[in-house]
Amino acid sequence: MKRNEYDVAVIGAGAAGLAAAAVTAKAGASTVVIDRDVRPGGVLNQCIHNGFGLHYFKEELTGPEYAARMIRKATEAGAIFRIGSSVMEISPAQADGRRALTLYSKESGVEIILAKAVILAMGCRERTRGNLATPGSRCAGIYTAGLAQRMLNVEGKLPGTSAVIVGSGDIGLIMARRLTWSGIPVKAAVEIQPKPAGLARNIAQCLEDFGIPLYLSTAVTKISGKDRVESVTIAPLDDPTAERVIECDTILYSVGLIPENELSRKAGVVLDPKTNGPVVEEGVYETTEKGIFACGNVLHVHGLADQASEEAERCAESALRSIGMR
Amino acid sequence: MYDVCIIGAGATGAAAAYWLARKNVQVVLADKEADASFGVSKANSGIVHGGFHYSVSKTLKGKLELEGNRMFPAMAKELGFPYNQCGIIVVAYSEDQLEEVRKLYNQGIENGVEGIEFCSKERMYELEPKLCEGCLGGVFAPQGGVVEPYAYVFSLVEDAERNGVVFERNFEVVSAEYQDNVWKMKSASGKELSAKYVINAAGLYSDKVSAIFGGEEFEILARKGEEYLLDRLSPAYPTRVVFPVPTHTSKGVLVIPTAGGTTMVGPTAHIVPDKDDTDTTAPDREEIFELAQYMVKGVSKRDLIAAFAGLRPALAGGDFMIKISDKAPAFIQASGIQSPGLTASPAVGKLLVSLLEKAGLKMDDKKDIAPVPPKRRLREMSAEEVDELYQKDPAWTNIICRCEKISEAEIVDAVRHGHVTLDAVKLHTRAGMGRCQGGFCSAKIWAIISRETGIPVEELTKRGKKSNFFNGSIADVAFKGDSYETK
Amino acid sequence: MEKICIVCPKGCRLSISQDGDKINVSGNFCPRGVKYAEQEILDPRRVVTAVAPTDSESQPFLAVRTPDMVAKAKIPGILTKIYALRLKAPIPAGTVVLENCDGEGTPVITCMDLD
Repeated sequence: MKRNEYDVAVIGAGAAGLAAAAVTAKAGASTVVIDRDVRPGGVLNQCIHNGFGLHYFKEELTGPEYAARMIRKATEAGAIFRIGSSVMEISPAQADGRRALTLYSKESGVEIILAKAVILAMGCRERTRGNLATPGSRCAGIYTAGLAQRMLNVEGKLPGTSAVIVGSGDIGLIMARRLTWSGIPVKAAVEIQPKPAGLARNIAQCLEDFGIPLYLSTAVTKISGKDRVESVTIAPLDDPTAERVIECDTILYSVGLIPENELSRKAGVVLDPKTNGPVVEEGVYETTEKGIFACGNVLHVHGLADQASEEAERCAESALRSIGMR
Repeated sequence: MYDVCIIGAGATGAAAAYWLARKNVQVVLADKEADASFGVSKANSGIVHGGFHYSVSKTLKGKLELEGNRMFPAMAKELGFPYNQCGIIVVAYSEDQLEEVRKLYNQGIENGVEGIEFCSKERMYELEPKLCEGCLGGVFAPQGGVVEPYAYVFSLVEDAERNGVVFERNFEVVSAEYQDNVWKMKSASGKELSAKYVINAAGLYSDKVSAIFGGEEFEILARKGEEYLLDRLSPAYPTRVVFPVPTHTSKGVLVIPTAGGTTMVGPTAHIVPDKDDTDTTAPDREEIFELAQYMVKGVSKRDLIAAFAGLRPALAGGDFMIKISDKAPAFIQASGIQSPGLTASPAVGKLLVSLLEKAGLKMDDKKDIAPVPPKRRLREMSAEEVDELYQKDPAWTNIICRCEKISEAEIVDAVRHGHVTLDAVKLHTRAGMGRCQGGFCSAKIWAIISRETGIPVEELTKRGKKSNFFNGSIADVAFKGDSYETK
Repeated sequence: MEKICIVCPKGCRLSISQDGDKINVSGNFCPRGVKYAEQEILDPRRVVTAVAPTDSESQPFLAVRTPDMVAKAKIPGILTKIYALRLKAPIPAGTVVLENCDGEGTPVITCMDLD
């Protein structure tokens, strides 16, 4: 079992983790950034659309371009990468205040990393059809928007031949355009709330540009299909009898994101039931566990990657102070 | 030609295959679905019942339930499927219910159930601190428990395969002829099988199969039950399986600490006309949560991660029909095996072997039974153990499913056991069964199945037939001029 | 006419009216809104992002984009050209893989390294 020591261990190499690692490494703290995926960048790598970086880089970039710049920043600052590595556990603080992270990877097996400060930047996961318990069949053709995005933008696989988007989160809207641009007509986006969840500009450029109807205050009441999705039934909340059936073979769920805090919880970090993220001291980003910090979407879901990166930089400064390097 | 063809690879057929694999006979297990346990056995509560709901002397299912219950601990130990003998409690919330609970207890005593207890209110809260207020007492059956039903069925089938049984997937029997003391069967896709004896363990479709073979005429009704699965972090996870007092049609809505570590609430019970109708519905969802929240603290829709429905194959009269057919030759019926069919299955399998002998099939015990390879699960291992496995196979430290902590090695193991659909890999390993419901791991699993089998990702399915995931590659998309219509 | 400005995430709701050749815009937070409104009326344009097929096993598809906006009506044709590409590794990020995809001189460039 390998053992390594660093001043700072950052968990997650997405918009937040990379920005945090760039700051700590630049300050001279030995920094390791750990990510499960085979390449750093997190979900940015599959977000091939433009719209990133206007705040942070003052330039409109695609997700992969934003990721590449952040990776360069962290690398040039001297951060060490551990990709294809899953953090299984964060130990309680040792006598010297350090914590031991247990990593599993195909490349190195089990590795223990000792760190003075740990920065949580694991991001979030998508809510699913199961979370909503949408009635109907459990046939093939039902994806979270992010999974369909990955299959299309990384693997080039077409998820079906005609689609309906459930929810109106930004990923769902972006995927409505991506599906249309991939030859898969999108019949509708269906949002249960009276207002769309995603950005206004995504309503404009991802739905309105293609004449895709957005049904607000409308529920999906049934998914039908034997082997594969055959139709979706929707009904307005104020008149549940006014059901309509939309034929399609693909359903994408874009119904919200949840900070991914299973690892944090296991480490004893107290979570805020409202945000599902760790309880942190305002402006300090330290969780209830000493020496464990949190930033980006693992803390609370941000509207923009830029905001996650900026928050991560402030969090990294705070982590540096805690280990006497600021 | 085989000595025996078992039709249906659910709990009943798989258990028969397991026991027959211990005899020196040639056996084929055929199922119309893409894998074992894809019918009734996939979607049920996973309860090993306690032997007190039915009379052992008056019903066949009561007798077989108790026998099966007693066989489970040894089988779990031998085959390594997830099983937890956590005990069952039935909770009474009124004086009337207390009376009913007393009857269950008395039936348990009459049946000879070991350790069954009639409990005071205090004892009930001691047994299950998560019970809601107002419990007046109940029954405790310590021999009851939970099992991962699909893992159980897979382990039976895999053990049978190791010991010579042939498993034919996607074999839907459409015709059968008895000639020269041999059954010749044809599948929907034109494949043929022949066997001297046939066991009808076709679950919901055992009526149809019986008709194909000219056996007894009967009708199987599908009684649907919906189940709702909660995150493994749900505070509701009870210590015991919590039952309400049963009604005359079902055992009611339970709160179940599943063998996989999640909490499950359900099932409902409604007869449905369509045997393929496994839709979940909003009214049942609301009913289940209301009833479950009445019994156990901390049950919340906020923790929902999945919903599904299963169908119980019910025969008029409600009991199992397990017998040598009076009408069709060399044909054994194992029909109407609804709840407690899973619990009873080890005993049902044994009974089917003895019926084959009675029907004239001669068999002796096999001398050598292939040992069960150790079943290793990453989530149950320490870092030291994992590192040791890594030295032999680096796939052990490649985490594929983060929610349930499943390694690449476990996925590969499932695929190499012939499980090539996403659902089968999920049921075999638990990958995709956790809180993200496959959002993160599906892409990785498709890649592994494709790599291991050579099947292109485009041809992979969720559960066989036309349940494909993908429709070609973006490399082949071309639009007609300036429109978004494709060529 | 009402249009949502797509220039930045703010998404200003623009009111646009035409008075002869003059285009009047209100509801914009910054001057980019006026420019966007004018363009949206006279010659609507969008940035195209997509993936192009490659010969690489580890990266079978690569993210590409137009560095500038192209005429909206030309997007399906541009996408068809991108999907028909078969990129050969290695290609660094920022490389032009399609010159003049829209007939107005706009290229298609790669957004990440193809190793």
